[in-house]
Amino acid sequence: MAVTDAAPEIGGINSGARTVSGLAGRRRAQARVLPYALLAPSLIFLGLFTYLPVIRVAIESLYDKPHGLGDAAARFVGGDNYARVLGDPAFREAAGNNLVYALGTLIPTLILALAFALAVQRSTRFNTVLRTVLFFPSLVPLVAAASLFFFIFLPGVGLLDYYLGKIGIEGPNWLGNSDLALWSVIGLTVWKNAGYYMLFYIAGLQNISRDTIEAATIDGANAWQRLRYVILPALAPTTSFVLVIATINVLTSVDHVVVLTRGGPSNATNLLLYYIFQTAHENFDYGKAAAATLMSVAVLLAISLTSMRVMEQGGRGAT
Amino acid sequence: MRLRRRLAPALGAALLAAMAFLWVTPFLWTLVASFRPEGAGHADMASLVPDLDPTLENFRNAFDSGTFGLYYLNTVIVVGGVLAMQCVTVSLAGYAFARLRFRGRNLLFYGFLLQLMLVPPALIVPNLRTVVDLGLYDTLAGVMAPYFASAFGTFLMRQTFLAIPRDFEEAAAIDGAPWWAVIWYVLLPMARPGLVAFAIVSVTTHWNEFLWPLMVINDPAKQTLTIGLASFTLGAESGKEWGVLAAGTLLVMAPLAVAFVAFQRRFVDSFVFSGVKG
Repeated sequence: MAVTDAAPEIGGINSGARTVSGLAGRRRAQARVLPYALLAPSLIFLGLFTYLPVIRVAIESLYDKPHGLGDAAARFVGGDNYARVLGDPAFREAAGNNLVYALGTLIPTLILALAFALAVQRSTRFNTVLRTVLFFPSLVPLVAAASLFFFIFLPGVGLLDYYLGKIGIEGPNWLGNSDLALWSVIGLTVWKNAGYYMLFYIAGLQNISRDTIEAATIDGANAWQRLRYVILPALAPTTSFVLVIATINVLTSVDHVVVLTRGGPSNATNLLLYYIFQTAHENFDYGKAAAATLMSVAVLLAISLTSMRVMEQGGRGAT
Repeated sequence: MRLRRRLAPALGAALLAAMAFLWVTPFLWTLVASFRPEGAGHADMASLVPDLDPTLENFRNAFDSGTFGLYYLNTVIVVGGVLAMQCVTVSLAGYAFARLRFRGRNLLFYGFLLQLMLVPPALIVPNLRTVVDLGLYDTLAGVMAPYFASAFGTFLMRQTFLAIPRDFEEAAAIDGAPWWAVIWYVLLPMARPGLVAFAIVSVTTHWNEFLWPLMVINDPAKQTLTIGLASFTLGAESGKEWGVLAAGTLLVMAPLAVAFVAFQRRFVDSFVFSGVKG
């Protein structure tokens, strides 16, 4: 509708001042509708795939099967699905694993990202090469990374065991040992993401004025003191920002688990999203999957909203 | 003291070089192994030392057994389709938020923001049901649909439009240009850097995506590269076709890797900007 309005307007202007007031009225009417018309395409898809699904899981989590699927009517079961999820040992294991996975991934990734950034922040030709090398893993599909690590972790003949064998160490079964498997997956994730977060720290470091650091040096601060009292506080917004995207990442990507371990051995690498995927896609237990989805969505929202508040209080936005 | 001052940087450089080598090792192995002849022996498959007579046989086998050509096509369709649709939705919405005043603007803006937290991977279960209801199950359109609206892209375009002085549009509006002509002929050409940054992030994300297409697609002929590679990896588990697997992995990574090496600065800048996307 907005499009057809446009043509006569051009004529209106050309035919002189007489029509200007009518034109202004039409312009105003169009200006009222136009914003919503422009947002409509986005809103349709946001509605279908961002708002509706939340309402949908909220409702379906209260029924034993999804509405309108099959001939049998869905039966209202109240909090049953939630009770079943919370009572499921696999869910509790997945939640516990996800916590270990999150902490085990975030801490080394952030430390490495900062260390890398400090090491390659000066733009020399050599550093550009290093940046490329360190960033490159974040560009490849998580599935491809998993394929590579599948071979790296292969018992006996894999890359890791092959070279450990050369120096006389017999490697453990990296993915088959239930005490170790989650840490192998963590290792992959650290390798994959550290270079990505490094970029944010490089950008953050470039925003710290040289004068501040020089002043600290002149005052006699050594490298460690400069890092501890000048650079780290200045990077605080970057750190909280990286922390948010890294947390969302550890909660929402499980491609490597699908390829490498399928949650095993004995649930040792089961993560929440993989648990949800399995419940829905392999066990076809939609009520339970819906309940688990709603819980993980609540966690995601809580994390994002808290961190947003923290960042707003911090004042300066990151990057 | 003087010794320490000279030793510390050297040690740091050595440590950094070691880390960089560790980081690049998986790729080095892929490269070496993918050109290694099959007969080179199973035991030394992990060796990083290149073989003397490199062969393309592994790539040929990967193409034959994995139907990689078809996977490429499907992936290109998904990535291209998502990007094309996103460019439209994102430019329109970005323009509305950057230039127009209307009732409920803040509320709607927060509504968009929600997508940054309720990321599509978290909603795979209900979204699959919606895709089934829409009759899009087992179609590439079903894989694309949840991504047609992008909060990240909308914000990026809004920022880009805000940075363009209003003079140009006002001049065009005085000449009687309708809103769509202003966007198409005036704003978009000037917003190209923003669009390119968005395109890089969007293409990378969807090229690499796995779990969602895995759920939506059932027909082997409609699988994307990542799904193909995954089933390929699980198939190789029992066999000893590591050279072919390395070649397959390389084939999946190659297009983005080449693009990255060619447009490195652009990539890095786009990804720094993309952080908001999460």
